[in-house]
Amino acid sequence: MPVILWTDAMIFLLLATVISAVLWVRKRPHLVLPWQRLAKSSMGMVSLLILSLFVLVGLLDTMHYREALPEKSNGQTVYSAEVLSVFDALAKDIKNRNEKTYSAPLAAYLYAKESIETPDGKIRRDYPRLRYGGAHLVDPQSELLGDVLKRTMIGALEGLSIAILLIVAGNWLIFFVKLRTARTSAGQEIRKSNNLIFTFARLIKNKPSRALLITALLMAILLGITVNLAAVYHVLGTDKVGQDVLYLALKSIRTGLVIGTVTTLVMLPFALLLGIAAGYLRGWVDDVIQYLYTVLSSIPSVLLIAAAVLMMQVYIEMHPEWFETAAARADLRLLFLCLILGVTSWTGLCRLLRGETLKLREMEYIQAAQAFGVSSPRILTRHIVPNVMHIVLIAVVMDFSSLVLAEAVLSYVGVGVDPSTMSFGTLINSARLEMGREPMVWWTLTAAFGFMLVLVLSANLFADAVRDAFDPRLNRTEAAA
Amino acid sequence: MKSNPTINQFGPLLQSPPEIGRGEVILNVNGLVTRLNNDVRIVDDVSFSIKQGETFALLGESGCGKSMTALSLMRLLPDGIRIASGDIKLEKEDILALPEYAMREVRGGQMAMIFQEPGLSLNPVMTVGDQIAETLKLHQELRGDEIRSQCVELLELVGISDAPRRVYEYPFQLSGGMKQRVMIAMALAGQPKLLIADEPTTALDVTIQAQVLKLLRDTQQKTSMALLLITHDLGVVAQMAHQVGVMYAGQIIEQAPREKLFACPAHPYTQKLFAALPDAGRSGQPLAAIPGNVPQLGTPFTACRFAPRCDKAWALCHDKVPVWTQLENGQGVRCHLYSSQMGNEKSNLKVPLSPDSCAAGKEKPEEERIDTPLLQVESLQVHFPIRKGIFQRTVGHVKAVDGVSMSISAGRTLALVGESGCGKTTVGKALLQLITPTAGSVRFAGHELIGISARELRKQRAGMQMIFQDPYASLNPKMRVAEVLQEGMDALSIAKNSDERQRRIDELLEQVGLEKASKWRYPHEFSGGQRQRIAIARVLAVNPNLLICDEPTSALDVSVQAQILNLLKSLQQQLKLSYLFVSHNLAVVEYLAHDVYVMYLGRIVERGTVEEVLRTPKHPYTQALLSAVPRIDGQGMKTIRLAGETPSPSHPPQGCHFHARCAHVMAECREVYPGESILSPTHRVHCHLLGK
Repeated sequence: MPVILWTDAMIFLLLATVISAVLWVRKRPHLVLPWQRLAKSSMGMVSLLILSLFVLVGLLDTMHYREALPEKSNGQTVYSAEVLSVFDALAKDIKNRNEKTYSAPLAAYLYAKESIETPDGKIRRDYPRLRYGGAHLVDPQSELLGDVLKRTMIGALEGLSIAILLIVAGNWLIFFVKLRTARTSAGQEIRKSNNLIFTFARLIKNKPSRALLITALLMAILLGITVNLAAVYHVLGTDKVGQDVLYLALKSIRTGLVIGTVTTLVMLPFALLLGIAAGYLRGWVDDVIQYLYTVLSSIPSVLLIAAAVLMMQVYIEMHPEWFETAAARADLRLLFLCLILGVTSWTGLCRLLRGETLKLREMEYIQAAQAFGVSSPRILTRHIVPNVMHIVLIAVVMDFSSLVLAEAVLSYVGVGVDPSTMSFGTLINSARLEMGREPMVWWTLTAAFGFMLVLVLSANLFADAVRDAFDPRLNRTEAAA
Repeated sequence: MKSNPTINQFGPLLQSPPEIGRGEVILNVNGLVTRLNNDVRIVDDVSFSIKQGETFALLGESGCGKSMTALSLMRLLPDGIRIASGDIKLEKEDILALPEYAMREVRGGQMAMIFQEPGLSLNPVMTVGDQIAETLKLHQELRGDEIRSQCVELLELVGISDAPRRVYEYPFQLSGGMKQRVMIAMALAGQPKLLIADEPTTALDVTIQAQVLKLLRDTQQKTSMALLLITHDLGVVAQMAHQVGVMYAGQIIEQAPREKLFACPAHPYTQKLFAALPDAGRSGQPLAAIPGNVPQLGTPFTACRFAPRCDKAWALCHDKVPVWTQLENGQGVRCHLYSSQMGNEKSNLKVPLSPDSCAAGKEKPEEERIDTPLLQVESLQVHFPIRKGIFQRTVGHVKAVDGVSMSISAGRTLALVGESGCGKTTVGKALLQLITPTAGSVRFAGHELIGISARELRKQRAGMQMIFQDPYASLNPKMRVAEVLQEGMDALSIAKNSDERQRRIDELLEQVGLEKASKWRYPHEFSGGQRQRIAIARVLAVNPNLLICDEPTSALDVSVQAQILNLLKSLQQQLKLSYLFVSHNLAVVEYLAHDVYVMYLGRIVERGTVEEVLRTPKHPYTQALLSAVPRIDGQGMKTIRLAGETPSPSHPPQGCHFHARCAHVMAECREVYPGESILSPTHRVHCHLLGK
C-alpha cells in the first residue's frame, strides 16, 4: 500500500513545479541563456552531478509504502505498521544486518571486549566476532586485509566498466538521435563510424563535459567499491545499537533535502509577496511589512523554533489517535520544523526583494505601464516578478545549504526532528557522547561530517555557478562580443 | 560649397581653440590594433600623432572604439581585450615595451585621463585634498605642507573658488561641474604631457559644459600639454580641436585639421554626420538620417565598414577594404571614392546637404492655428515635502514645479527647455498624473484631470502618453515586443479581440519602420534606435493625441537621433499629434518645436514661438543658455558665461531666482520676483529688465 506522507506530498509538489518550470523556460530564449552559461561551467556541472546523486537517494527514500503481511484477517489484507521506502527495499541487506553494538568500519570483530563462553566451557574476555560483518571469513586476523583489498579492486573495476558501458551506450543513443534528425532534415548520408568517434572526441575536448566524464567515472568507481564491500562488511561501521552507519547516513539525506527544499517552499510566498508589495506600494504597507520583519529578525530564531517545536511536540503527544504510524508522526514533526524554519528565515530574502523592487519601480517601463493605467497587481505580476526572479533563484540555491546545516544544529540541540527520524543532526547527537570514550568511536561523526560536507559543498559550488551565470555584470563582455 | 551657408559660414570663430606655438610631437600612435580574445578587432589599425599644445579630437558615435583607443594608450584595457600590434610612442618612449611598474609612472605622470562621469570617478570617502595629494605624492617629490599648498594651487588653477576650504571637503559636497574640475586638477597634479579626456562634458549641463571646456582650453594654454579629446559632439569638436580624427567601427576613417574638416568633410560618413544635425534651417524637411545602425563593436569586416549604410557605395565598397588616402590639402580619408577614382574627387567633395535650407524655412506651410487648446495647464505646482526628525515633520518643500502654465494646440509641438534639475521632467510626469500635482489645473481635451477618480482618469489615459529618455530602461527586458505593444491596448481595452490586436500590432510596427517579424523578439535584440521606435509604437497603440517626449533622443547617437526625429515629425503630420517636447538640446528643439518655454528652477522664465525665443532671446538666462551651446558653425552671439550652478529648488533665492548668476542684476532683482512682461501676443518674459 503506497503511503504519501506530508513531506512526500511537498516534495512531489516541488518536483512538479521544477519540471513545469523547466518546460516553461525551454521555450523562452532569454531565460534559457543563463542556464546554457551554467552548462558551460565545469564546476557547476560537476557539483550538479553530485547533487543529483543525493537527490536520487532522497527521492527513492521519499516513495513510501506499507508492506502487506502474509497472514490475512477476515480475508482482508493486513499491512505492516512499519512504513518503508523504495530505498529501504533496495538497501534491505544493510538495513537488516544489525550487530549487537559498536563496530569499526570494515571490522570483523566488535569494538568492545566481551565475556565469551568458549566451547570448552571457559569464560574468556575477548572481541567477539560480528554476526554479519566479515562473517564469511574463517580467520579474519589473517584474511581481512586481503579480502578487503580484493573486493575493493573488483568493485572498482566493476564500477568502471559499468560506467564506461553506460557512457558508450548513452553516446550511441545521442548519436543515433542526432543522426535521425540530421537525416530527416538534410537527407544526407553520414558515415557512421567516423562520426561516432567524432562525437565522442568532441565530448572529450569540451571542457565541462570532460570534467563531468571524469567525475562520473570516479563516482562509479566509488559506488562499485562501496556496493562490493557493503555486501559483507559495515563500510562505515555500526552505531550503539548495531545499526549500519552507512544506511543511517544515506537515510539522513532525505531529511536534509526536505529541510532544505520544503522550507524554501514555505518561505518563498512570504518573501516574494511581502517584499514586492512593500517595495512597490510603499506607504503604510511598507511600514507594516518592515516592522514585521524587523521584529521577527530581532527575536533569536533558535528560541522561537525551540518554543514552537516544544509546543507542537506536546500537542502531538496529546493526540496519538491522529496518526496511523510512527512514521506519520515523525513526519509531521519534520514538516512543522520546515514551517517554523520557513517563517523565521524569509526576512533576508524579503529585504533583498524590497530593495530590488524599490529600484525597479522607478524604471521607465513601470512608469509607462502606469501611464497606460495598468492596475497594480498586474504591474506586480507582469513587470516586477519576472525581473526579480533571478534574485529569488540565487537566494533559494544559497539558502539550501544553510538550512541543511541549521537542521543539524537544531537536532543536536534537541529541538529538531523527531528522535526516530534519521538525520545528520540526530547522527551527530548520538555520536556526541561517544567522543569522550576510550577508545574513541569516531566513525559516526565522521560519516555525518563527510556526507554533510559533500552535500553542502556541492550545493554551495552549484549556487556559486548559478549566481555567476545570472550575474549580468560578469556576462557583459560576452554580450559585447 | 556655396550650397550650405549654415555650415560654411565660419566667420570669426569666437570660441576657437587657442592658437599657441605647437612644438614637437608628444604622442605617436602607429597601426594600433586592439583585439578581443576571439580575435575580433575592436580598434583596427589606428594611427595618429599629437603635438605639444595641440588638441586632437577623436570623434565618433558610441561603440566605435574611441574609449578603447584611449584605454589602449593607457594600457588599462579590461580583461579579455588586448593590444595585438602597433606601437605607441610617448615622446621617445615605447609605451607598449614598458614593464608594468614603469607604466605606473607614466600613468598620471606623463599621461593622465579624465572620465565621463565625474560623480563616479572620485572616491566618496576621501576628501578632495587627499585624493589630489595621492597623485602628488606619487608623481612629484613633495612632502607635508608642500603637498597641501600644491593642492590648493591646483584647485585654484581649475577655478574652484575658496580652494583652501574646499581641500577638506568630500565629493558629495561638490556639484557635478566642480567634481569634474577636481578631476581635472587631479589629472594635472602629475604635470602630464598628454591629457586624455574621455567625453569630459557629456554628463554635464550646457552652461557647465561651457565652463569646463573653457577651463580645459585655458589650462592647455598655460601648460602647453597635448590633449586627446574623445567626444561624439561636433559642437565640442568645433570649439576645442586642432586636429580631428573621425572614428567609425574601430577605424579612423577621416583625419583632418578642424577647419578643413568642417569646411569640406571628405568621407561620406562625415558628410552625413553633419547633415544629420538638426537645426532651425531644416525644420521644414526631414533630416538626412543615416539608415541603419553603427555596427556592433567587434563585428568582423571584409569590406568598407560604412558600405552598408553609405548611399554612394558601389560594388567595390562591398568587396574590398579601402586604403588610407592622403589628399593634397592635408586631409586623410579611408574611402574608395578617393583611392580609386581621384579624378572624381571634386564632385564628391560637395556636401550633399539640402539644396536650399534657407528657402525651406519660408516654404514651410503656415499651419492654421487652432484656437481651442488640446492641453491647458494653469499654475501647476508640484512640491515635494522635506521631512525631518523622528516624527517625519514636514520642514519645507522642494518646489520642483512652481506655478507653470501652458497650452498646447492640436498638431503643434511645445518644447520645454532648461538645465537638469529645473523640473521639466516633473512637469511631464505631473501632467500624466504619474506624480500627483500639489495644486493647479490640467485640462485635457476639455476634461479636468486633477482630483478626478482613478476610474475617470483611466478613460483619459489613452489621450496622453509619454516617450521616455532611455530606451534601454523603458522596455521590460522580459517581455516580447508584441506583449509590450499589447499592454496598453489591454489596459485601456482598445481592440476587441486578439486578431484585431495582432493586426494593429503589425500596423504599428510598420508605422514606426520595423519589420513585422520583430514582434516575437525580445528588446535586448534591438539597438537603441530600434528600441526607441518600439517605445513610440507602444504609445501609438492607444491612439493618443498628445505625446510627452522626455528627451527621447538624448541617449541616442547623432545618426540615429536624426532617424527618430524624422519619425516623430512624420507621425505628427500623419496623425496630427501634439508634442510636449522636454529637452535640453536646443538644436533639436529648434528643428522640431513651434513654441518654446524656458524653465528655470520650477518656473517658466520666457516663452514664445521658436523664432522669438531662440532668435531674439530676452531673458538673460535664455541668452546665456543659447550662447553656451557649442555650435558647429561658430556663429552665435556674444558668449555669456554663467558663473556658478543652478541653486537648489528647496531654497530658491529671494526675489528673481536667477539673480545670483545674472550679469544684469539690479537691486530690485534681489527682492521681488519679476512679473510677466508681454512683448508680443506670443512672447512673454519674466524679467525686471523688460518690466520697465
